Amino acid sequence: MDWDWNYAFEILPLLAQASLVTIQATLLGFLLAAVLGLVFAVLRMSPNRTISLPTTAVVEFIRSTPLLIQIFFFYFVFPEFGVSLDALTAGIIALGLHYGTYCAEVYRAGLDNVPRGQWEASIALNLTTFHTFRDVIIPQAIPPVVPALGNYFVALFKETPLLSAIAVMELMQQAKILGSNTFRYIEPITLVGAFFLVFSLVAAALIRLLERRLKRIGARA
Amino acid sequence: MAPRWIAVCVIVSFAAGLAVASFAGFREFIPGLLQGALVTIEIALAGAVVAVIAAFGAAMARMYGPLPVRWLAVAYVELFRGTSALVQLFWMFFVLPHFGVTLEPMTVAITALGLNVGAYGSEVVRGAVQAVPRGQWEATIALNMTRGEALRRIILPQALVAMIPPWGNLFIELLKSTALVSLITISDLAFRAQQMNQTTFRTVEIFTIVLVIYLAIAAVITTGMRALEQKAAGAVARGRVH
Repeated sequence: MDWDWNYAFEILPLLAQASLVTIQATLLGFLLAAVLGLVFAVLRMSPNRTISLPTTAVVEFIRSTPLLIQIFFFYFVFPEFGVSLDALTAGIIALGLHYGTYCAEVYRAGLDNVPRGQWEASIALNLTTFHTFRDVIIPQAIPPVVPALGNYFVALFKETPLLSAIAVMELMQQAKILGSNTFRYIEPITLVGAFFLVFSLVAAALIRLLERRLKRIGARA
Repeated sequence: MAPRWIAVCVIVSFAAGLAVASFAGFREFIPGLLQGALVTIEIALAGAVVAVIAAFGAAMARMYGPLPVRWLAVAYVELFRGTSALVQLFWMFFVLPHFGVTLEPMTVAITALGLNVGAYGSEVVRGAVQAVPRGQWEATIALNMTRGEALRRIILPQALVAMIPPWGNLFIELLKSTALVSLITISDLAFRAQQMNQTTFRTVEIFTIVLVIYLAIAAVITTGMRALEQKAAGAVARGRVH
């Protein structure tokens, strides 16, 4: 047991700086996931099989292969087609795409729960498909699934250390570099673990709060 | 479920076709990658065993243990669900040796991933046990069974059926997280892919094959779990008749 508080305080500012990259990757990645997820979910609902079947196939493919490989894929494969991405962008795209497929399932649950009558009413009012989705279905489908989306937000946050595999200077990468410089891994890696634990627990508490509030709003309506 | 399977078949055959058609050096990569896949499968299987044991242990401790044991189980579940799998892996790999515990990379991989998935699994087990109707418990009391007997003979068999589908998802999560072990020097599928990529730069081919191999293993897990689900449901239905 040779935990060194002085060293821990010394590296704290560096880790705090790296955590900004982690947070950036989380926010941008989830933004992408939330948007892509909705696109996947709506495409999957299409009555046209040439649209819905390939979407299902792509979603299943992404969901059942490891995120790490997808990160490598985006990082190494894009340059072959002449598009050179920096590591952080490639990582954010991979995270967003992977979690987009999870979000798609969540949205689908929300969309399925909108009563049929709402669709029929939209047809009766002669709304286009676009307007039906934008003004009638989606506003009713999303609020109930916000807590479930929140869970994936936390899950995505916890996957960001994978970006260290393509040398993004996020929290884990910083901790590894600090560890290899000084041969002291205890403090950096434990601090990273503590950071994730605290954030996840806080985020989980916030989601529970949000869930309760949404339920109350739902009950009032 | 049927369209999902058609879709999976479509993409598998598409990817396989693409793979075969688009490169000549196909034979060059496959043997090495399959060797890596064996390591991946080995870790996934051993990890699954650890996960199931940890999940049942933690769930039982949390529901029926004395208070300190209960806290321990809660702490385990929250700790492993609240931090990243990669951080757990690195912590065991880099930090534990400083405390005088040096483990083989394989042992670290299996324990860390198993405990990680086990933490999620314990919530699945708890949920399934608590979903067994109260009347079943009351009936076991009326029949003068002890709590252990009631759990073993009445409650768990019913809960097991309910927890098969979520366990299927967890096993796929476990399979996917085995890719992380490449970062602690184990030459699994992901590791070999990266190694070959660095020596040959044939990125598209290598990573496409790797993704297809992972997809194939995942398909085997899904099929197996679905068969198990049907069998278990049948067994419980028969049990009710007699």
